[in-house]
Amino acid sequence: MQETTYNLLVLVFPVLVPLALAALTAVLWRNHGLQRIVSVIGLGAILGCSALLMMAVLRYDILAVEFGSWPVPFGISFVADRLAAALVAITGVLALCVGIFSLRDMRQLHIRGGFYPLFFGMIAGVNGAFLTGDVFNLYVWFEVMLITSIGLLALGRTRAQIDGAIKYLLLNLLGTVLFLMAVGLLYGAAGTLAFADLARVLPTLEASPGLVGAAILFLCAFGIKAGVFPLFFWLPASYHTAPFTISAIFAGLLTKVGVYAAFRVFTLLFTVEEAGIREIVAVVAACTMVTGVFGAAVQWNIRRILSFHIISQIGYMLMGLAIATPLALAGAVFYIVHHIIVKANLFLLAGAIRQASGSDDLKKSGGLLKSHPWLAVLFLIPALSLAGLPPLSGFWAKFLVVDASFKGDMAWLAAVALFTGILTLYSMTKIWMEAFWKAPAQERVRARRVPLAMTAPIAVLCAITLFIGLSAEPFVQFAEKASVTLADPDVYVAAFFGTETEVVDLAIERSEQ
Amino acid sequence: MTFLYAATVAIVAGAGIYMILARNVMRIVMGVALLAAAANLLIFLSGRLVSVSPPIIPDGAETLAETAANPLPQALVLTAIVIGFALTAFAVALAVKAYRSLGTLDAGAMHDAEDLGSPFAAAIDTKQG
Repeated sequence: MQETTYNLLVLVFPVLVPLALAALTAVLWRNHGLQRIVSVIGLGAILGCSALLMMAVLRYDILAVEFGSWPVPFGISFVADRLAAALVAITGVLALCVGIFSLRDMRQLHIRGGFYPLFFGMIAGVNGAFLTGDVFNLYVWFEVMLITSIGLLALGRTRAQIDGAIKYLLLNLLGTVLFLMAVGLLYGAAGTLAFADLARVLPTLEASPGLVGAAILFLCAFGIKAGVFPLFFWLPASYHTAPFTISAIFAGLLTKVGVYAAFRVFTLLFTVEEAGIREIVAVVAACTMVTGVFGAAVQWNIRRILSFHIISQIGYMLMGLAIATPLALAGAVFYIVHHIIVKANLFLLAGAIRQASGSDDLKKSGGLLKSHPWLAVLFLIPALSLAGLPPLSGFWAKFLVVDASFKGDMAWLAAVALFTGILTLYSMTKIWMEAFWKAPAQERVRARRVPLAMTAPIAVLCAITLFIGLSAEPFVQFAEKASVTLADPDVYVAAFFGTETEVVDLAIERSEQ
Repeated sequence: MTFLYAATVAIVAGAGIYMILARNVMRIVMGVALLAAAANLLIFLSGRLVSVSPPIIPDGAETLAETAANPLPQALVLTAIVIGFALTAFAVALAVKAYRSLGTLDAGAMHDAEDLGSPFAAAIDTKQG
């Protein structure tokens, strides 16, 4: 009984604390100073909650809680395995860093428009999506994320933001409607919506048009959310219009929720072997990598370049899902964690570059190497990590997925991935040459200072990237253990319908053999 | 009955998709709303349309009768309607805002976001000129 209460607290707080903070900051609507103080303290609390969850998951492997003691097919449940806990932890770290960055980046106008309540609402939605153990509940969290993120996107009400927001909203709305249809078909076929129960029931069912339709609709819905080829058009149309803080948190988290949902559904409910899904995912992954990186090559706005790179990086994660061996899944898990840190950091750096040079258009900036040498160093770390240069975190991430695709008889996918890596380096070099190396487009008398509230979060995220890169071993081991739960649905099912620890040990033994 | 119902859902969804293909943002919003309605009707279908008995456990029995209707989809539909309503309302408000600040509802003519740092300098020049 004691344990249940502990599980409940640890699992629910990563969602409950952001929700409470959203309410609190909404109450303090007029008092901007107090909102900022409450936010920074609250972000620390969110990080603390996610660290507690992480510790609990490291100890018990998988945690589950059934709300109101309704046993699983009847009630809604929250589950945290290693992947979910890692993503919640990364969300906590990122939210704190971005929150501190926002102290200097957010204008009066944005805070008056409700930046903090919406921001915390979005964090609650993201954490809820990571932790839920129920398909319909996942849909609800997707909608929470959508309504808060669209609010954040349109906060400044500039022409470009309204334009971007409309495209973002309509295409994502379509995605959630497809998700809802998939849920309807799935319930019609299986008669249950809890992940654990579905993982038990679905293998006993024969393939039917309803189930295949549900699988394809899930793929489309999560594909829109994750921004894969050919469903990504909302992403480069909107991300570069928002304030830097907001586009950084979007870039780090939102697409990854789509990837996470795809991983959950296509490991636990469906397997990629069914109905040619493996081929679809593999081709989509390759096209996503290539179109993303080519799209970036022609752009001149830093954030548009980075937006297209989000797309190409999503392709690497999907590679892991297409190959679907434990090694490939481990690579993808590592990739997601690395990518969230690096990509959000690059968007924050775009904000710092804008602050220093007065523009985020590469043609109009330049000369930052001389005026802000430290910023140049801080830029190089995530930029080279994104391109996959050793010894940074991106190298290990790419190494793991490429290695897995050679071992999984998908060498062509590895070739595409390596080719994409070279072009990623090209784009990063372009930002380097234009923003840092070349002579400034407009000479300034005095260099514009980048405030500490902007550089500190960037430096912390750089340090994390370096740390992951230099001591990759424990992270790779963690990802491998996380992939065991992904590759073997029995572990997840056992969290509700059996003794958990035995099954985990069994699964780890099985994967080692 | 089920076939007739399914055909109706298909027509609603088809009409929704047709509207989404339009260029006018208001039509697209209405199309998405129609498609969401089709999704709700689809969930409704999964709870069995024609049923002999209501979902009430009879006296003395432990479980529902085999032929009983499933009440859960109705709860799901209710949730989905509320969420869909909120998002549609927001989309309409955003469209009004877009009409006021961009002066158009033609999705093809909205390119303020695209123009930021566009690689095609000519596109910006013609707009400014």
